[in-house]
Amino acid sequence: MMRHIKYILGTMAILLFACDLDETQEVATLTNLVWEDNFDTDGAPDPTKWAFEIGDGTAQGIPGWGNNELQYYTDRPENVRVQSGVLEITARQEAFNGSNYTSARLITRGLFQRKYGRFEARIKLPTGQGYWPAFWMLGDDNNGTEVWPNIGEIDIMEYLGDEPTKVFGTIHGPAYSGGESISKEYNLLNDRFDTGFHIFGIEWGPSYINFYVDDVLYQTLTPQDVEEETNGEGRWIFDDRAFYMILNVAVGGNLPGPPSPDTIFPQSMVVDYVRVYN
Amino acid sequence: MMKKIKYNNLKRICFAALVFMLALGCERDLTEEVQLATFPSIGEVFTDAPVNLTDQFFVSFDPAQGANTEGFGVDTNVAFQGTTSIRIDVPASNDPNGGFIGGIFRDRGEGRNLTQYDALTFWARGSTTGTLGEVGFGTDFLGGQFPVSRSNIQLTTNWKKYVIPIPDASKLVQEKGMFLFAAGGLDVLGDGPNGNEIGWTFWLDEIRFETLGTNLAVNTEILNGQDIVIQGFAGTNLEITGLSQTINLGTGENVDINVAPAYFNFLNSNPSVATVTESGLVSVAGNSGTTIITGQINGIEANGSLEVTSNGQFPVAPIPTRDSGDVISLFSDAYSNVPVRHYNGFFAPFQTTMGGAGSDPNNVDIQGTLPDGSLDNIINYTQLNFVSIGTYDTVPLVDVSTMTHLHININVREAIDPSDFIRLEIESGTFTGSTGNGSFILSSAFLTNPANVNDDGWVTVEVPLSSFSGNIDFSELGQLFFISDATISDIWVDNVYFYNDN
Repeated sequence: MMRHIKYILGTMAILLFACDLDETQEVATLTNLVWEDNFDTDGAPDPTKWAFEIGDGTAQGIPGWGNNELQYYTDRPENVRVQSGVLEITARQEAFNGSNYTSARLITRGLFQRKYGRFEARIKLPTGQGYWPAFWMLGDDNNGTEVWPNIGEIDIMEYLGDEPTKVFGTIHGPAYSGGESISKEYNLLNDRFDTGFHIFGIEWGPSYINFYVDDVLYQTLTPQDVEEETNGEGRWIFDDRAFYMILNVAVGGNLPGPPSPDTIFPQSMVVDYVRVYN
Repeated sequence: MMKKIKYNNLKRICFAALVFMLALGCERDLTEEVQLATFPSIGEVFTDAPVNLTDQFFVSFDPAQGANTEGFGVDTNVAFQGTTSIRIDVPASNDPNGGFIGGIFRDRGEGRNLTQYDALTFWARGSTTGTLGEVGFGTDFLGGQFPVSRSNIQLTTNWKKYVIPIPDASKLVQEKGMFLFAAGGLDVLGDGPNGNEIGWTFWLDEIRFETLGTNLAVNTEILNGQDIVIQGFAGTNLEITGLSQTINLGTGENVDINVAPAYFNFLNSNPSVATVTESGLVSVAGNSGTTIITGQINGIEANGSLEVTSNGQFPVAPIPTRDSGDVISLFSDAYSNVPVRHYNGFFAPFQTTMGGAGSDPNNVDIQGTLPDGSLDNIINYTQLNFVSIGTYDTVPLVDVSTMTHLHININVREAIDPSDFIRLEIESGTFTGSTGNGSFILSSAFLTNPANVNDDGWVTVEVPLSSFSGNIDFSELGQLFFISDATISDIWVDNVYFYNDN
């Protein structure tokens, strides 16, 4: 009898999952899978798909990663591992190489880059003031000959741990970067982003980027938006080059502010999959 | 369009699976389930008027305890939404009609089924930034088991929404306690609660149970999150307190709620050592050993634990059998005791002995339970070097000249070394200007002789008064000393009396 019930429960979970997946397809039109990581092999992330950025940004010439962030990124299993079918990027409160927090930042730079497509990930987020996880993209910098913001940035999902029902999607480019970036917030109704998985994605094509969460398309950005938001100063740079993907959990920094005494460490951003379609 | 249809189909399949599973899961209990009455699931408590509350609407706390019943009403000029709000005029703390205001709203029927909700919410504003001492639900003044509250919410002078999360709504199948509040005067001077707090006003509106979907329990506690270790004999009782939860709201704000024990599932690793009730009452049972009691709410493990070591049945002292007419008692539950100045004089600076404080033989260190259920009061002297039971100064000296023996039960609570001893010393004529004294030594050999010690470790001492050395005047007994010179430091003492053996 017990076994029977377990089997039924399992079936139900799969069906519910199927429902979830189906919902997302109402807002996305590209369905030809070209790249994916389902995180099915325990251990370190697949090195053919992901590289790491290590440190506090100093080596990269941007201490605090340009935002006064507090974490030191490592590739240690304490901060990043694949386990039970998911990728866990874990932020910890610990003294490490002069920083008080550790975390990880994974990039597909040089391993997978492309222009246009549908980029999406299924993610569960952490809770509490100071957590700043993101799923985002940066434009190729032509072997370091070009610099941000001219290379462009697409933030598919950013989230602050003290606003558990909100995420935001943003683009940065020349004359619309940092505090002047073009952004929209999406507020989840009757649910929150840290108690279950949600799908965050963009569908990006010539002269448009659509941002969606689960089955809701909440923002479309086009060259006209850049024109209007920057009074003609900005330039649409998202038809120029290939972009690579980034997954990271920042701690503290200008946007979220530092963790509060109530913030619980460690916590993880848990990624079920990352998929790219064209 | 196609996709929408597909989605609906899948939804149906999910639903079918759910129904199937529920049907299977409930098969065994079907009869039981069917018998359960379903109560109304109305969420609204107050909108522009009370919703399905008793005609009385507001049931005040007891005026005899200082609750002011006059400050409650509705206000048709102020409302967050609609036309009407609840207006509460909080009295000054020195108001002759009561120094605080508070009470409950109760469902007018048999209670509501609130299992679909996850929070009580309301809007409030204050005439000033006064503090709501307590707000919650679940209290019905009828023994309701599921109160939840938030403490000390400082209001703002504009309307703001407040959330009281429900720890586990599955418990609320028939809830009558719809709302509770309590508030006192404003401590303008910030000098603490001292009777100079002034009155203020606040308004409440749109009180309802809601399904927010955005509550996340980030901390659950019993015993304030502490790991408490206790030991006791069978019959020792205590209550698991410090029950709370911290909920992270959808706004990111953490709120602390006080949670009734009935929301918790208490887990007990060894119920033969101690039992715990649904209301968190722990009772040490007869079996020696250790158990660990923890708590869960809805499967969420609480921080904090209680480790209970049972010392087994309490080793009560031997029960005296002598006729009370042949006895003069200083300390025994079996007899009326003569007035005593002290069971420990705490003579500074040389005395180290603790225990035996006061002169009330019913208010001492240890209370065991006798087989007939009555109490066995026992003195526990610790850090013993010397101590006396005094019958002088404030009480009359005691005349034991018609008695032949001194009886004492002593239970030594430590290992006895060969050089250990307890010297009994009697002083007569204390404070009369003419004292006498003499002593009798209980050797380690005596204290460990199996003929003198029962299974519970109680030694029965019966010393002929003629065996005391010295020049004691037994007609004016002032002090009985226990002197160990710190060779023995922890003893239980009971049944200290003189008797006539003839």
